[in-house]
Parts: sequence; C-alpha cells; structure tokens
Amino acid sequence: MTTAPSGLDDPATAAAQQSDAVRTPRKPRGGAGRGTAWYRRLTPYYFLLIPVGLLLLLTFAPVLNMFWYSATDWDGLDKTKNVVGFDNYVEVFTDPDNVRVFYVSLYYFVASFVQMAIALYFATILSFNTRFRNLWKGILFFPYLINGVAIGLIFLNFLKPGGGIDTILMAAGLENLIQQWTGDPDVANFSLAGVSVWRYMGLNFVMFLGAIQSINAQVYEASELDGANRWHQFRYIILPSIRPIIGLSLILAISGALSVFEVPFVMTGGANGTETFVIRTVWMAFNRNMVGLASAMAVVLLLIVLIVTWIQRKVIPEEEVDLT
Amino acid sequence: MIRAATSTGKYVSLVIASIVMLLPLGLILFGSFKTSQEFLSTGPMTPPSDWGNIENYVTAFTRGNMLQAFGNTVFIFGAAIVGTILIGAATAYALDRFRFAGRATVLGLFLLATLVPGVTTQVATFQIINGLGLYDSRFALILLFMGTDIISIYIFLQFIRAIPKSLDEAAMIEGAGHLRIFFQIILPNLKPAIATVVIIKGIAIYNEFYLPFLYLPSKDLRPISTTLFDFKGPYGSQWEIISAGVVITIIPILVLFLFLQRYIYNGFTSGATK
Repeated sequence: MTTAPSGLDDPATAAAQQSDAVRTPRKPRGGAGRGTAWYRRLTPYYFLLIPVGLLLLLTFAPVLNMFWYSATDWDGLDKTKNVVGFDNYVEVFTDPDNVRVFYVSLYYFVASFVQMAIALYFATILSFNTRFRNLWKGILFFPYLINGVAIGLIFLNFLKPGGGIDTILMAAGLENLIQQWTGDPDVANFSLAGVSVWRYMGLNFVMFLGAIQSINAQVYEASELDGANRWHQFRYIILPSIRPIIGLSLILAISGALSVFEVPFVMTGGANGTETFVIRTVWMAFNRNMVGLASAMAVVLLLIVLIVTWIQRKVIPEEEVDLT
Repeated sequence: MIRAATSTGKYVSLVIASIVMLLPLGLILFGSFKTSQEFLSTGPMTPPSDWGNIENYVTAFTRGNMLQAFGNTVFIFGAAIVGTILIGAATAYALDRFRFAGRATVLGLFLLATLVPGVTTQVATFQIINGLGLYDSRFALILLFMGTDIISIYIFLQFIRAIPKSLDEAAMIEGAGHLRIFFQIILPNLKPAIATVVIIKGIAIYNEFYLPFLYLPSKDLRPISTTLFDFKGPYGSQWEIISAGVVITIIPILVLFLFLQRYIYNGFTSGATK
C-alpha cells in the first residue's frame, strides 16, 4: 500500500493508460510532472484575464450602468440617485427636441442609399477593364481616410457664402439655386447628409469592388458565350454574389445614420435643426448634467441598433453564394 | 457603337466623380497659400498668386500647437497599438489553441460586444474612466483604444487559424512554455495580421475626435483632431490659416495612402467584413 502506485488498483485504467502512452509516446504534457497539470488548465485563463477584464470594464459595465442610470434622475455628480422609473423614456419620446433627432437621422439614412448606389455603380464599372483604374479607385476612396474635423472644415469652406459651390453655380448661370447651405434649416440637413455621402462612399465602393473581384472570371466568360450583355452580368452575376456585403452595408447604414456626430458637430454645432442623436446626448450628459435622461437616449439608440442587426441576420442569412 | 457610347459615359462619370471628390480639397489647398487679404479679395477658384507663401503653415504649426498635437497623437498611438496587438493576439491564442470551460461564453461576449456602438455607451463609460482617475489623462484614450477594439481581435482570430498547430507542438516538445510559444512562435507568425491592425488602427486613432473631445480637455494633451477643431475658435474668420491646418492634417494620411495603398484596401475590406 505504501509504495504501490494508485493506478495498479484498477487494472483496466492501468492498461488504458499504458496503451495511451504507447500510442502517443511524446504527448507534449510538459516535463515537470503532476504539478503542471492544473496550472496548464489555467493557461488560457491567464491569457484572457486582461482582454476579458477590459471587455467587461469598458463595454459591458457601461451598458449595464446605462440601463440603471436611465431609470434615475442622476446628474452625474450627486451621491444619491432617485429612481424615476420610465419618466426619462417618456421624455425621450415626447419632448419635441428629442423626437427631432430621430427625424434628422432619416436624412442620413436616405443618403446612405444614395451612397450605396453610387458605390455600386463605380465598383461595377471599375471591375471591368478601365484605364487608370488604380487612379480612379484611389480618388474615390481617399476621402474616407480624412479626419472628420478636417472634412467638416473643408466643407464649411466649400459651402460658405461665396465659397466653391456658389462660385460654380454663378459661373453656370444658376444664381437662383444659391442657398444658405448650412444656415437655412430647410437645406442644412441635405448639405450635411451630402457631405456624409462624400465621406463614406469610398468605403462602400472598396468593399463592393473587393466582393465583385472575388467572382471567378470564368463565370463572366461563360455568360458572354451565352450572349449575356453587361446589364445581364450585373443583374444575374454581380448582384447575387455581393448580396451579403450589401446586407452588411445596410446595418452599418442604419447604425451609422443614428450615430452621426463629427461632421454636423464641426459644421453647425447642431444649430439650424441639424442636431443629431449623439450631439444631443453629449450635450445633455456633459453640458446639462442630465445623465439619467442622456442614458435613456443612449439605451434607445442601442436597442434600435440591436433590433436592426437582429432583423438583418434573420432576413439576409450569411450563406455563401455559389455561382458555379 | 453602343459599346463605344457606354465606354465614353463610363469615363465621363469617372471624371465628374473625381472632380466632386477633389474640388473641395483643391480649394482648401489654394486657400492655404493665400495671404489674408488675397483670401478675401479673390474667388475660391482662383489659384494663389504665390505658391511659395508658407506663412499660414508657419502660423498653424507654431501658434496652432500642431507640433505638440502630433506628439500626443504619436504617444497615444504607440501605447495603444502595442496594447491592442498583445490583447488581440492573446485572446486569439487562448480561444484558438485551447478548449476550456467558458470558451463559448467568452466568444459570445466578444460577439455581443461588436453590436454595441461605442458612441452610445460613452455617457456611462465616462463615469468609469472618471472613477479610475483617468479623466484628462492620455491614458484614458490609450485604455479605451486598446480595450474596446473587437475588430482587431477578430482579425487576429482569422489569422491565427492559418498558423499550423504543429509549430506550437514542436516547440512544446522542445520544452517551451506557453508564454514562450506565444512570444516566439505565435506573435512572429501573426505579422500580416499585425500589419493590418497597425494600419486600420493607426488611421482610426489619428482621425478619432469623439473620445479626445470628451476625455482630454487640456490644451497641451490634445491630439491632432481636437487641436484642429480649436482652429475654429481663434481663427474663426481666418480661413487661410484654417486651410493650412487642414492641409497639415491631411498630408501624413496622404503619404501613408500613397505608399501602402494595397494594404490599406485589404485592411479595410477585411476589417469591415469580419
């Protein structure tokens, strides 16, 4: 008993262990004996300690706190938080100033369809033989890389009275089309949504182009033998094969339309009816110290994004499209 | 005949699109070389009379605090990128090379986190950063950049699958521990993923405005984007100086783009679809 190894008590296990050892004689289980076994099992946890810790601290804790704050009247400083139930949510959907930001995001949402259409057009024509292809591609994509503040300033300069756009209209004899591009509440949101198209079209374009170029060239050749023209190729080859990426762009468009911030903030500061969801939330939370109400706004935004993503996953399943 | 017409239409549309893309940038470039008086008296389409007039650039750089801003951006980027790479690679290593209790939960948490847009949660994140005593510190940004970057983790997960497991096993037989395997085998083999992450993350950090705007009010800590935003105040009507500031901000990105085009395209398409 004193010296017998415990494994010998059960001949079956002993045999199993032995045959195991024979089959994999160099099972890489460290060399230091038993002590390392439990340590080894802990290894993945050591590697995940910091990443998961930061994920919980910086993503999940804020989300949970946000739900809690949204049910209180907290100002961000007070030691005590009074629970007010759904009052903040009622205010989000009844105060006209709050409701307007949803309406403003519609401009950006509609603009993102324009943006996708333009991107799809250029991705399609540049996927066929074109001279100076890389040059066009570079020009169309580069604005996406520019700092949002710089873009805001570039377009303030371009749209200001007597700026670039006015000069062009004047030269073309279209003076009567000249507007207060960012000053007139009826026009400002169109201008800002236009800037957003200018900024983000390149990303859509490059994503679509990448997807189109991954289509096997033989498919085109075969379709040409069958007498397909460019439109047929677009309709029956290109469109079906980039459907997943269009679906993805669609969710990005919705969450993007709701989280517009930089360009209107730089260009108008949210004045003239251009206040967006994020501008208003930031103003509430950090200028007016209405953390409770701002959290309710943020929760609503988060829920909309989650619902839209969920619908997208249901409607457009991410199957691989097989053309061959 | 129809082919020729569509081909002409194609080039016409490309030229028009290029003009739309480049004209606003060109006018800023024109403006940045004009004197203050010239800016007011000439039209925006008129090229500057003296392309050698760098007065505005000097003003933007010195009085606009841009040198310090570049320093801050580089500091934040340097620290955040090292953190992002280590965190992304460590997560990918643990999730791809080990089977352990809770693995599915961790994967699910990361997947769920991709659905939470960062801008929505800042109201509450602010309280946490403030509670850690990091408000108005560059480490607030470093922590947020490295701790909330799920896209990079996905890029590392994609790439680590391509590293053959036999490499790890061979090293283990030689007696290497997991830390050594991670640093000497996994990290060096993840170079393409690291390059992709450095490029996308670098551009994202350089362009980020929202976080420094919220967390870094001190003038001498501001990175490039909030420094440029400041130009709106004191130089509000001096568009020639604002123009120079904008051009200074764009130049590093333009140079990067010209040299690394292929990697940038690949990085953004893979980053966006994963």
